[in-house]
Amino acid sequence: MTAALEISGLSVLYGQAIEALDGVSITVPEGGFVALLGANGAGKSTTLKAISGLLRFENGRVARGTITYRGDDVAAMPSYQLARRGILHVREGRFVFPTMTVEENLEAALFARGSRGPALRRRDYDEVFHYFPALKARAKSQAGYLSGGEQQMLAIGRALFAQPELLMVDEASLGLAPKIAADIFSILHAINRDRRLSILVVEQNVTLALRHASHGYVLENGRVAADGPSQKLLDRDTLSRRYLGGGADVH
Amino acid sequence: MNLFLEFSLIGLASGGIYVLAALSFVIVYKATNIFNFATGEMMMFGTYFFYLFDTQLGFGWVAGLGMGLVSAALLALAIERTMLRPLLGRPHIVLVMVTFGVGSILRGFAGLFWGPNVRQLPEILPRKPIFLGDILVPGKLAWGFVTVGVIAGLFMLYYRYSRAGTAIRATSIDQVTAESLGINIRAVFLLAWALAGLLTAASGIITASVNGVTPQLGLVALNVLAVVMLAGMTSVGGVVIAGLFVGWMETIVGAYLGAAWQSFIPYLVVLVVMFVKPSGLFGEQRVERI
Ligand SMILES: Nc1ncnc2c1ncn2[C@@H]1O[C@H](COP(=O)(O)OP(=O)(O)O)[C@@H](O)[C@H]1O
Ligand SMILES: [Mg+2]
Repeated sequence: MTAALEISGLSVLYGQAIEALDGVSITVPEGGFVALLGANGAGKSTTLKAISGLLRFENGRVARGTITYRGDDVAAMPSYQLARRGILHVREGRFVFPTMTVEENLEAALFARGSRGPALRRRDYDEVFHYFPALKARAKSQAGYLSGGEQQMLAIGRALFAQPELLMVDEASLGLAPKIAADIFSILHAINRDRRLSILVVEQNVTLALRHASHGYVLENGRVAADGPSQKLLDRDTLSRRYLGGGADVH
Repeated sequence: MNLFLEFSLIGLASGGIYVLAALSFVIVYKATNIFNFATGEMMMFGTYFFYLFDTQLGFGWVAGLGMGLVSAALLALAIERTMLRPLLGRPHIVLVMVTFGVGSILRGFAGLFWGPNVRQLPEILPRKPIFLGDILVPGKLAWGFVTVGVIAGLFMLYYRYSRAGTAIRATSIDQVTAESLGINIRAVFLLAWALAGLLTAASGIITASVNGVTPQLGLVALNVLAVVMLAGMTSVGGVVIAGLFVGWMETIVGAYLGAAWQSFIPYLVVLVVMFVKPSGLFGEQRVERI
């Protein structure tokens, strides 16, 4: 399989001194489903922010290493251009626009669509509602009034509305009931299968993530401590216990 | 009773003058979080641009209006790019002070180029009074109000339904998320300033169509600020209502209590509202203090 995304030797600094990543290398194959695991503060979110360019908003920068997307070095590209190239980042904490309706939230992602993907009409929400039927009933509601699970679905659905080619989701299950978290991962899996969309998730719930992802990376203190096919990672139970702060026991 | 109605209509019509300038203030504040204290001077300068192209350079009012509006938008873009963009990320108060400075500079230039005397604009709006039943509204005021209504209506449609409007709204709520969804927030800042340039120029030209323009025209922006505070900084619809309300109140107070009362009663009301509801009548709860 060819790589959609290839990160090599990536080091990231916040401010002048705080080194959040130190030589991280990660590959997401075209159409692949990859999970990024690790304890709190390991550098998972930082990795996604480096890829989507959102580091700049937190005074962070890539100090060393390369980020290659479909053969192009994209490390210096501003976030909005990365989104327009199809790299969509659903941030930790969902960040729906609370005073806009569900439909308006979706439409805010239109700019990322650019000329990619099928020429859908502006108000053609069917694809998103197909995967997230719960949103259809709330289409005219203000996003701030949705439940946590619905907001997470909206955040993912909004990225989907942009016709992404690489979808990154940070802590999708955070603060959600286990059943809803499992549903969201099943939907991500279905999207990955149906659309051959490359997906990179960050997740604390290791078993949930590895049940759907085909490959996993474990970050520890800004370095890749382990990686491999999901089944192998799951089998290495001791490793999970040690590096994932007991996250493997959640399920 | 008829007299009260007549004063009310005149008051609402003069409130229309505040509406466009207040919309300009709100659009900049929403998109960029900057209090633009140069709003009044942008009104004044836009008006002089119109005067320059129409009267001084003799292009006539149609071409002159087009050129004047475009120049006003370009001026706003220039202010954003040269004065504010380099200071992005600095403390808020610095940016606010810069807009103050820009206002003074514009007033200074206007005095230099056009002098302190009143310049009359061409007669575009019909003078002929409008009769509603047996109520009389001065023609220019009435047509100015209609013009404001059309512009404000178009602006609100644009803001609510266009893709660019969606981008401005998204940016005003959360810049990082907007950018992550493919919205170029720097372009949104520029767009907001360009719109502000157009709105202030239109507002200035309508204001000056009655009494002409001087470098002091921008001083009405103080009233505009009161309108914006009353509405709550961030509400586009609220600003329209608040503008009409303040205009109405000024006229009514002036008519029944006299000019001395007129100059402060409306602001007293705004002050009281701010005490009772600090976020303004229609504002979201995120008003910053300066
Ligand atoms: N905006 C920031 N400024 C400074 N340090 C940060 C910032 N964000 C994260 N960090 C630091 O970088 C490290 C990795 O953080 P993060 O990527 O958020 O971890 P994770 O997502 O795995 O929990 C942590 O030590 C954290 O304190
Ligand atoms: Mg994180």
